[in-house]
Amino acid sequence: MVRIGVVTFPGSLDDHDALRAVRLTGAEAVPLWHGSDSIDGVDAIILPGGFSYGDYLRCGAIARFSPVMSTVIDAANAGMPVLGICNGFQLLCEAHLLEGAMIRNEHQHFICRDVRLRVETIDTTWTCAFAKGDEITIALKNGEGNYQASPETLRKLEDNDQVVFRYLDNPNGSAHDIAGITNERGNVVGLMPHPEHNVEELTSPTLDGVKFFESVLQFLSARV
Amino acid sequence: MPRVVVNVMPKPEILDPQGKAVTGALKRLGFDGLTVRQGKRFEIEVDGEVTPEVLARIGEAAEKLLANTVIESFDVVAD
Repeated sequence: MVRIGVVTFPGSLDDHDALRAVRLTGAEAVPLWHGSDSIDGVDAIILPGGFSYGDYLRCGAIARFSPVMSTVIDAANAGMPVLGICNGFQLLCEAHLLEGAMIRNEHQHFICRDVRLRVETIDTTWTCAFAKGDEITIALKNGEGNYQASPETLRKLEDNDQVVFRYLDNPNGSAHDIAGITNERGNVVGLMPHPEHNVEELTSPTLDGVKFFESVLQFLSARV
Repeated sequence: MPRVVVNVMPKPEILDPQGKAVTGALKRLGFDGLTVRQGKRFEIEVDGEVTPEVLARIGEAAEKLLANTVIESFDVVAD
């Protein structure tokens, strides 16, 4: 069975939702701990949402130097699928596994609502079960989700097809309506919306989050 | 104890929503013609003398942790 690890940092909020989403998709959910440099032989890693280390200094800035992250960075560089959700996306940017950075939302508001996204590329380990151009609805909840990068970086992301999700109605001022991006290799994906909250009918208006987890299972099973 | 200050500011080309909100509030209070950009100040106490080497090391620390140079710039000054 495919084993997917979810890292818990002090201040993580959505680690259990992510573990549950992994289980519901039929993989083994493996809890990982920020203070250990072991990733327990998992096949893929999720960095969950929340406020790691209280988001002191900058979102994800301190978590980026936690023991588990040195192993996560090595694994990501070796091609392991890594998904960063919200705080996890901020963390991946701080760790330079993804380019750019998040600043405070335009107008300073904390935003908590369902957002419409367009899937811009399916050439990643976390979106290969989608169809390019799919429009999906996923929960968004953050105060610092305003994605920014230099003009050169934005051009590179666009030219290399590394913009994975775009907001249909940009809620926070993100450059180029970017909601999520990938690295050059397509194994590391980060996004601000929360697919792990869109996996069950009881609590979500859509089940559009399921395909994130199905994607990585499809990728991993094709690899074996 | 000798002290070194690291000032971190959002880069000029990066939008500064906090500074913008403060600018708006000042204007509403009657402080016209003031444009604010908001940053962070770190006061660092140093064991021993503040030598150029110490300043360089603090510069390294700022580059690595205190600032995110994708969106922020910083300077290091002996206080």
